[in-house]
Amino acid sequence: MLITITLNGKKITEEVTADSLLIDFVRHHKCFSVKRGCETSNCGLCTVLLDGKPVLSCSLLTCRVNGHSVQTLEGLQEEAKEFVGFIANQGAEQCGFCNPGMVVNTIALLREYPDPSDEDIRQFLSGNLCRCSGYESQLRGIRAYLDFRKGDAA
Amino acid sequence: MSYRHIDQKPMKKDAMQLLLGKPAYTEDVTPADCLVVKVLRSPYAHALIKNIDTTIACKVPGIEAVYTYKDVPQNRFTMAGQTYPEFSPYDKLILDQRLRFVGDAVAIVAGENEKAVDKALKLIKTDYEVLEPVLDMHTAMDHPVLVHPEDNWDAKVECGADNKRNLVASSRWSEGDVEDVLNNCDKVIRRTYHTQPCQQAAMETFRTYCEIDYYGRLHVISSTQIVFHARRIIANALNIPKSMVRVEKPRIGGGFGSKQTLVAEIYPAFVTWLTKKPSRIVYSRKEVQTCGTPRHEMEMTVTIGAMNDGTIRCIDLYTLSNTGAYSEHGPTTVGLSGTKSIPLYTANLEAFRFDYDVVYTNVQSSGAYRGYGATQGIYAVESAVSEMASVLGIDPVTIREKNMVREGMEMPAYYHEIATSCNLDKCMEKAKNLFDWENKSKVRVLPNGHIRSAGVAMAMQGSGISGCDVGSATVKLEETGFYTLTIGAADMGTGCDTTLAQIAAETLECDLDMINVFGADTDISPYDSGSYASSTTYVTGKAVQMAAEDLIENMKQIVSQMKKVPADDMDFIGTGIKILSTGETVSLEDIATKSMFFNNIPVQITRTNTQPFSPPPFMVGMAETDIDPLTGKVEVVDYVAVVDCGTPINHNLATVQTEGGIVQGIGMALTETVTYTDKGQIMENSFMQYKIPARTDIGSLRIDFAGSYEPTGPYGAKSIGEIVINTPSPAINAAVASAIGKFHYTLPIRPESVLDALEEKK
Amino acid sequence: MLTIRKYVMAESLSQAYDLYQNKNNTIIGGMLWLKMQDRTVDTAIDLSNLGLNTIEETENTYEIGAMVTLRDLELHSGLNTLTGNAFTACVKPIVGVQFRNLATVGGSVYGRYGFSDLLTLLLAMNADVVLYKNGIVNIHDFVKMPYTRDIVVKVIVSKNNGNVYYTSFRNTKTDFPVLTCCVYHHDNHTGACIGARPGKALDFVMNEEETVTDYANRIHESCPFGSNMRSSASYRGKLCRNLTEYAIRQLQKGESSC
Repeated sequence: MLITITLNGKKITEEVTADSLLIDFVRHHKCFSVKRGCETSNCGLCTVLLDGKPVLSCSLLTCRVNGHSVQTLEGLQEEAKEFVGFIANQGAEQCGFCNPGMVVNTIALLREYPDPSDEDIRQFLSGNLCRCSGYESQLRGIRAYLDFRKGDAA
Repeated sequence: MSYRHIDQKPMKKDAMQLLLGKPAYTEDVTPADCLVVKVLRSPYAHALIKNIDTTIACKVPGIEAVYTYKDVPQNRFTMAGQTYPEFSPYDKLILDQRLRFVGDAVAIVAGENEKAVDKALKLIKTDYEVLEPVLDMHTAMDHPVLVHPEDNWDAKVECGADNKRNLVASSRWSEGDVEDVLNNCDKVIRRTYHTQPCQQAAMETFRTYCEIDYYGRLHVISSTQIVFHARRIIANALNIPKSMVRVEKPRIGGGFGSKQTLVAEIYPAFVTWLTKKPSRIVYSRKEVQTCGTPRHEMEMTVTIGAMNDGTIRCIDLYTLSNTGAYSEHGPTTVGLSGTKSIPLYTANLEAFRFDYDVVYTNVQSSGAYRGYGATQGIYAVESAVSEMASVLGIDPVTIREKNMVREGMEMPAYYHEIATSCNLDKCMEKAKNLFDWENKSKVRVLPNGHIRSAGVAMAMQGSGISGCDVGSATVKLEETGFYTLTIGAADMGTGCDTTLAQIAAETLECDLDMINVFGADTDISPYDSGSYASSTTYVTGKAVQMAAEDLIENMKQIVSQMKKVPADDMDFIGTGIKILSTGETVSLEDIATKSMFFNNIPVQITRTNTQPFSPPPFMVGMAETDIDPLTGKVEVVDYVAVVDCGTPINHNLATVQTEGGIVQGIGMALTETVTYTDKGQIMENSFMQYKIPARTDIGSLRIDFAGSYEPTGPYGAKSIGEIVINTPSPAINAAVASAIGKFHYTLPIRPESVLDALEEKK
Repeated sequence: MLTIRKYVMAESLSQAYDLYQNKNNTIIGGMLWLKMQDRTVDTAIDLSNLGLNTIEETENTYEIGAMVTLRDLELHSGLNTLTGNAFTACVKPIVGVQFRNLATVGGSVYGRYGFSDLLTLLLAMNADVVLYKNGIVNIHDFVKMPYTRDIVVKVIVSKNNGNVYYTSFRNTKTDFPVLTCCVYHHDNHTGACIGARPGKALDFVMNEEETVTDYANRIHESCPFGSNMRSSASYRGKLCRNLTEYAIRQLQKGESSC
């Protein structure tokens, strides 16, 4: 099927098979930040934004995304750069494999909840598994960014 | 002592690249247009291939090759990444006619794309002779059915292994008169504990890319913790010279020990070696969960003898360990169940016994997982000590303070090593205060009916394998005066590229940015056993320090030639070398320039470190649990850990290692279940069924350090990577027991049994 | 591995229905279950462009389109005000935001899964299911119907049936439920729907003369429970008794589900 997808702001028109999954499509287009960590839609590693909403690219047919806009971390660099340094300052990235999905979902979180509580953060990111960090350092990093931003605003 | 880089919190060198999602891992940095390799898996726990027909499968368009047991070398090897000669017996073929667990490899398929390969996998016709499997580890020893009846099975190291008895290892060891001491104790308890084969569950599944390089050698790029062992194992498997193999690791998406075994590498290596075409394998999560290398299932019987005042005089431990279908890490993991648990109670110990047997069964082969046997043993011994405290009516902290190992003590159950650096007592003191043990250890019922209680556990581990592990580092002065540090250790997210660079920067008195790090590649890196056994900071770290120190001496020699002054008239000041008598400073840049101009003094130094000891890090963990009386659900609301890892090289990374280890430990204690069907199939074969903690499953984690100074480690450092997983199971067990009046003897602690106990208590 | 030969974005329900009559074709909801299956689908039928992704309020009802996502339910203020946040409580533990942005009401309802949180809530609310061919079917009848090749178009919940309290028990916070329990009081009676038994949710009406404890004990004894990986039947029974009693008391106190 011939589809047109806006991937990170760039229109791509391409023939894809009916069962092509979005994760494979974006990786084919060199968006290597998008990772596959399971086959059961549980890990959140493959999170991308579809028309601004976080979704699992492993569970979406590319055909279904025809006419829509997809953003991977490659297309969200500026927004990510605002806060990932705070996560790095905690040493929270560890192996890094789950980071892109977590960072993309954090972008979605911060757009939806400009001033989230710790509980909001945990809830929103609960679908992003991480085996290295124990999660607390990620939370500290996001919290440090939010505190910084508040201080900045004051 | 105050340092510029050590015990500081520098950002991990690769942090920003990783957080911004730059390509870094095997599947990102290797070309996708290579052969796709997949493995056909056995549906049976024990079977012989009677007939296997690949003709139709081979005809699928795009299929390059289909290999069966008839095509592979017949020399056995082990996939365990250990120093040669490996303790793990050589019991493996790339493909075998005998299949030993559900998921064992039946055939290898390589093709141009995944669809073709999947199709071909379905078209392989296999006739199996289904055999009776050995599924119960209790009856495996001397079972009439043998998992490895083959005659070319080979144990390279004497460890009590006997394939004709389904035995992978067996040992008996005691010191002091165990029976006599037990007979003279006021109280003796004997309990049997069981731990499940937990999965490491690294987010990046096993994956390997292979190609033939321009010398005709096999170039392997793999997510591995052990490039040098991988080179040997691949060469052994393919029966080719080691010189024909090069192994390289890019960034690794988590390991935790799983990538200390060659789970995936041999398949694409075999395909590429035969076809001379590039190939790649990417394991599915299901394969990782069912054909990986989980923690060894163990059953431990602990007997503790104590006096009424809480003096622990004797510990007797028998461990039965289940290695599964292959020997990987079987003979070695089991040892830690005793040698990392019994010595915690050295102070008053008059006798101990530690016996074990390790058996083959027809289930998924076990391997190395963070903690490596210590986790299982500490769960058992620490649970038993808590129960003893409860029986004697003594506070569980008090009984530990009374009996714990202290600095300077000789630890008979730890191969008589001396505790040269041990702040376990300070860890306990600090944890007690931080946690508020005095109040939180009391069982409390909240207004909503939930029950709060607390438990404590101690732990130790090693720092490398004593008298074995080799760590090396090369430090090179580069043009304009920066340095390159080359290592064979593997940063798998742990941050060793950064911590080792910190050690170099500390020694070379420069900014961390001045140190570039490269690791690891068998063609380039100096030899290193690899990153496992909590060895990298302690063993390789010291090599880094020594290499940097030697480089300073050589730089002085260069200045000596330049300025015609003796080296002992100089002081290295980081930015250059100061000549004491004249006050003149020769800059690093000038030295670097000179090193490349009419110079015969090397500015690239490799140093190798090995140690006859393995100084244990120590730790105390305290868990506060919340039990919902309606459901029996246990939640860890607060966890305090105080660690003595010697000097923490990177405060942040040591903290996050601790937090990550604790959360894995909480998973083991509460949610990570492994069950087999009566046919030997693992039911928890995905993240949908195998429940690692999500961030909503954990409460607060509070980490602190009480570092001792280990004189043989770099800047006083010991290890931290593994010890941190050991305290949650026993601490949570004790906390729950304090609330419900019943200890658990098997993991995970399920809400069902907690609710039952609460109802019985009523 | 899932193989799909052809993908069709349906232009009308009748086109979708006609295509769906071929048993090699299938309708894709959130695709989360479908994706995990090892099967070949001839034509995958997508309902995304049929305007079924809205929640519409009428005088007495909310009409929830089949392509509304679980995340939409979670965030919908009307539905959550009506039910004391039962919709949020019901879907929030399901995996994660990214998952709930894909999973659809139609997929959840059509599947009639035993573990379904949503089905438990909709049963307690005595919802109606609107099928393309078969028209309006009460959800209690719908769950008993065989799987026909009809299409779930929308689900209708009555504003009169919002007095509910939802709770569930899970081994981990984002796992499948071990048991779901939604209690209700409307049409002059009180009851409890118990799901993840592990079978499909069942409805138990409370007798007028019964105490809450007796009622909870009665369900414990009369409701059939089974064992699976997540729990034994006997534990489910105890959970059911405890959660039902708790939920009814919460409902009586007028507490919100979350």
